[in-house]
This record gives sequence, structure tokens and C-alpha cells, in this order.
Amino acid sequence: MGSKRPARREFLRNGAALAGGFTLGAVTPATGQAPGAPASPPMIKGDKDQIAYGDRSRHVTSVRISHPVGGRPSPDNFGLVFHVAAPLQDSVGVITPSSLHYVATTRGSFIPDIDPQEHRLMIHGLVDRPLIFSMEDLKRLPSVTRLHFIECAGNRSSRRAKTVQETHGMTSCAEWTGVLLSTLLKECGLKGGASWFVAEGTEEVKGASSMPIAKAMDDCIVAYGMNGEAVRPQQGFPLRLMVPGFEGIFHTKWLRRIKIVDRYYMNYNDYGHLDRDPKVAALDYQIGPKSVITFPSGGQQLAGRGFYEISGLAWSGGGAIRTVEVSTDAGRHWNRAEIKGTPQRMAHTRFGYQWNWDGKETEILSRCTDELGQVQPSRAQVAKYWNRPLDASFNVPGLDNTIQPWRIAGDGSVSNGNA
Amino acid sequence: MGTRKLLPLAFALLTGVSALAQAPTYGVGRPPTPEEIRAWDISVGPTGEELPPGRGTAKEGALLYRSKGCGGCHGAQGIGGTAPLLKPKAGPDVELWARGRILALRSPFATTVWDYINRAMPLNREGTLTADEVYALTAYLLFINDVIKEDEVLDAQSLPKVKMPIGDNYARLPEWKPRTPRLKGYPY
Repeated sequence: MGSKRPARREFLRNGAALAGGFTLGAVTPATGQAPGAPASPPMIKGDKDQIAYGDRSRHVTSVRISHPVGGRPSPDNFGLVFHVAAPLQDSVGVITPSSLHYVATTRGSFIPDIDPQEHRLMIHGLVDRPLIFSMEDLKRLPSVTRLHFIECAGNRSSRRAKTVQETHGMTSCAEWTGVLLSTLLKECGLKGGASWFVAEGTEEVKGASSMPIAKAMDDCIVAYGMNGEAVRPQQGFPLRLMVPGFEGIFHTKWLRRIKIVDRYYMNYNDYGHLDRDPKVAALDYQIGPKSVITFPSGGQQLAGRGFYEISGLAWSGGGAIRTVEVSTDAGRHWNRAEIKGTPQRMAHTRFGYQWNWDGKETEILSRCTDELGQVQPSRAQVAKYWNRPLDASFNVPGLDNTIQPWRIAGDGSVSNGNA
Repeated sequence: MGTRKLLPLAFALLTGVSALAQAPTYGVGRPPTPEEIRAWDISVGPTGEELPPGRGTAKEGALLYRSKGCGGCHGAQGIGGTAPLLKPKAGPDVELWARGRILALRSPFATTVWDYINRAMPLNREGTLTADEVYALTAYLLFINDVIKEDEVLDAQSLPKVKMPIGDNYARLPEWKPRTPRLKGYPY
């Protein structure tokens, strides 16, 4: 099930350690164990670095890949990072490990190497008291810790995509800790006429986006923590703006400045969102309800007929996931899936469905409904809404949240149902 | 259910209160000096109120386009490089929205062009252009897209007044409200 691309450096390091004679217990133990008992594994000798900061098992080789396949590579020849997709096919639970969290940057960017002692966040514009916060200042303030997904607007399934990493890997979910932006804005005091804000990063392009002040006051987080530690550099160390449920580009990394303004500021990132159709424009910002089966998914192989727990992820920019349904007969019947744990607002939610595969060719799909009652659509439904023919060239407007079919062949191989 | 009904009310109170002058609760953080705000604030919005003094024309911009090496990524004529197109391949007979996402053509405000060149160009030397150079390069991009004339002077007064080809012909975002579907009736 694991990716075929090993984390080479890690593998070599561990491999060398093992070859170097540190393996214990490789000899047949002279004990009274009966023949046929499971063999003892080799042992990993304590290593100073591994005690200080542990690595995963050398047998776990799941890695991120550049997105989309055949597109602009990350890193490129200059070391710029653009789009990198998370290995959802190997994910369990709802947290994406920070090392595997998807990455995207404005235009393709170097990752800034920021000294947190030097880093400052300035809030200014239409406020009574402009303020500059150091990292120490921010950590003194009341904090929140919340699970939130981030998804790139470019996270769309294509016919060429083979695995769920290629179709859906530009979404990830982490536990974020920080100060509510509303707390900081109340500290500054919003002036009348404050209706939008611009958030800006520290990377070389100083990526900036306009967002409604209502969102700032609702649930945005100025986050310094991620999955129990400091936010990672690829995710915006030392400070990232979380804009729960909005497209990934709004979650400004390496956050250095927030300007309160009285209008849509038409930054470069904003102009990229422009459309002439008000209905398409309305699909920007907030992400719709979306789900995908991660096991079994494209490129995986079922061992044979029999029991499998189908497993997947569901999320929505509109709030918490209320229900997930799974079909194992190409959409003819839909069955309620089991939701694992308590769904959180704007967070990945793990679902499972108990399935006995009869060994026959079929197609499996999932769809979700969020707390607003929004239902994840199929490509056919979306094409009908826009009154367009459902052919290979049909491009879902806005962020593509359509149902992903996985085809199960008679030999148990799994492939992209959209291909 | 009760809580859900109360939420819009609570939200209205929250945003309403924030509009009033209010004392800080925690007293954490320090006020920036006016110089610090000026130095950090590189945003230039549609009114152009943040634009610095300076001036430039397309003629000057054409020279800078060569001397700063812009063509290395964007092509000698703004077409054909590895970086985004600076003018469309399709001619003016093709409808604007079909001519591609060209910054100096499709942005509703010339300030967006100025702001982006100023903050993000040239690659690896971002933030090194003088205000005059940014005005001149902005003028050059607008000129090669037939938005302004070659000898037109752009400065803090004239730049925000440039009439962009897209005019008013783009969709405004609907007002965003928490706990509200993104597009009513979508997909059904």
C-alpha cells in the first residue's frame, strides 16, 4: 500500500546503521521457543540523534510528490517550491503529519528562514491603535487549539491522475494553535468602515490577499503551533494565518502584516480570482463539501474477495461534516458510513464503511453532507447545473468538490473512475 | 438548536461592538511609529492613496525592461518566456476574457500592476526597484497592451485614474456570511 518512492536519505542512514553491525538479535536465540514461532525482528540500537528526535520506521516510506503529475516540479532548478501533494493513500485518522502536509506557495517561492526572535506582526490601517506583536507577545494572549483542513484551489481530479495523492493530495489537516484574529483586532479597535483586511507574508513575493472582515471576526487564527510543535517552515514558520474553510491561498504563510481597509484591495492574488460570472465568483473563497475514499483507492490492489473496511476523508468549508454515504455499486445504492470520532468544523473527518467484496468488477464512491445541508455533487450534477455537456473537457467551475469514483477490476486492482 | 439561532445575534453584537472605540483588553503589543508603518506598508489599493512620489513613461520602461533583464523570463516582447505572459497572444479582435489572464490587461485597476511589480519583481531582486522604475515599468506594460500611450506620464495622481480595458465588466463577490452556503441552490 505504501508509496514506491523511498525516503532515500533516511533509508540509507538506517540501512547503513544496520549493516554496520548494530543489529542485535539476528542470531537464532538459544531459547526454548518452539519451531514455527514468529522470528524476533532485528533490534535498533539506541542512537543519540534518534533519542533527541525520532524518525519513523525505515519500512514506512510514504512521501509527498510534486503536483500535478508532469507539471512544474518542486523543488525546481533554482530551489523554488510550488505545489506538493500529500500521500492521502497512506493516511490514517484525520491529522496529516507536518512533514507530509501539502505545500503550495504564491508563484513558486523559496521558503523563508525566519528567526522568530526577530519576527513581528503589524496590524494597521482602519484601527484605533495600530500594534506590533512579537512572537512572545502573541504567546501571552489567550489561545485556541483547533483542527482545520487547508485545501488548495487547484486540488482537482483529472483523467490522467492515477492515485488519490494525484487526485486529492492538495488537502491536509492539522491541529493549529494560536490567537484568534478577532482577539488581536479587538486589541487594536476596528474603526467604522473597516470591511476588508489584507494579510501579507514575508516570502520574496510578499503574497497578499483580501478577505472580508466578517471572516476575521468569526474564526481566523494567527497560528504559531501545528500538531503539537511550532508551525513548520514550509507551512509558514513562525506565523501563519488560518482562514478555516477558505481556499488555501488565503491561509497566509510567514504572516508579517495585516492591514484593515474599507474595500476589496485587488492584490495580485485577488485579481487571480476574478471572473465575469457572479455564480463562479461566489464559488471562490469558501470550499464546498467534499470527500474521497482513500482505501481502497487508485493504484492499490485488493488481495481477493472478502471483508474490507472502506476508509476515507470528508471535509467542508461550510462547517462540520454531518453524514457520509458510500456506494459500492457505482452509485445505484448509497449507504450511511460510520463517522470516526466527532466531526470538527472545517476539519477532515474520517469515515469507514464495512464491505464484503464479492470479487466482481464494480465502482466505489463516497459523498458527504455538511452541517449546512450542502451535499457533495457528482460531475454530472455540476454539469447539469451549469447547463454544459458532461464530456471529458468539462471543467468543474470553482474548486472541484465532485464525487470521486474508484473502479475495482475483477483482479482487485483499483483505478480512477474518471479516467 | 437554541444556540444555532443565537449565533447570528451574537455575531451581530460582536461586529457591532468592535466598531465602537474600545479600550484594549490585554495591553500586549506596542504601537508602531509612523515611520515603521510607512516602511512596512507596501499595499497599494485601488484609490492609490499609498503611492509614493515618482514618475515614469513607457519609453523609460522599455529601456528598464531590457536593462533589468525582464525579457529573460517574460520574453523580449512580453511573450514567449517561461514566466507569465505580459501581453496576450490573441489580438484585440478576440473578446477580453478569452485573451488570457494578463495582469496589465485584465486587472480592473492599474494600481494592482504597480503593487505587484513593486513587491514581487524582478525575480530574486524583489523590492530593489525605485518608485520611478516601478512607474516606468507599469507604464510599459500598460502601453504594450494598448491601455495608455507611449509618452503618457504615470505618477501618484495619474496612475489610479488609468481606465483599464476590463472596466466594470467583472463579477463582484457576494457578501460572505458565516454559516451560509457558498452559492444558494448549488448544485441543486
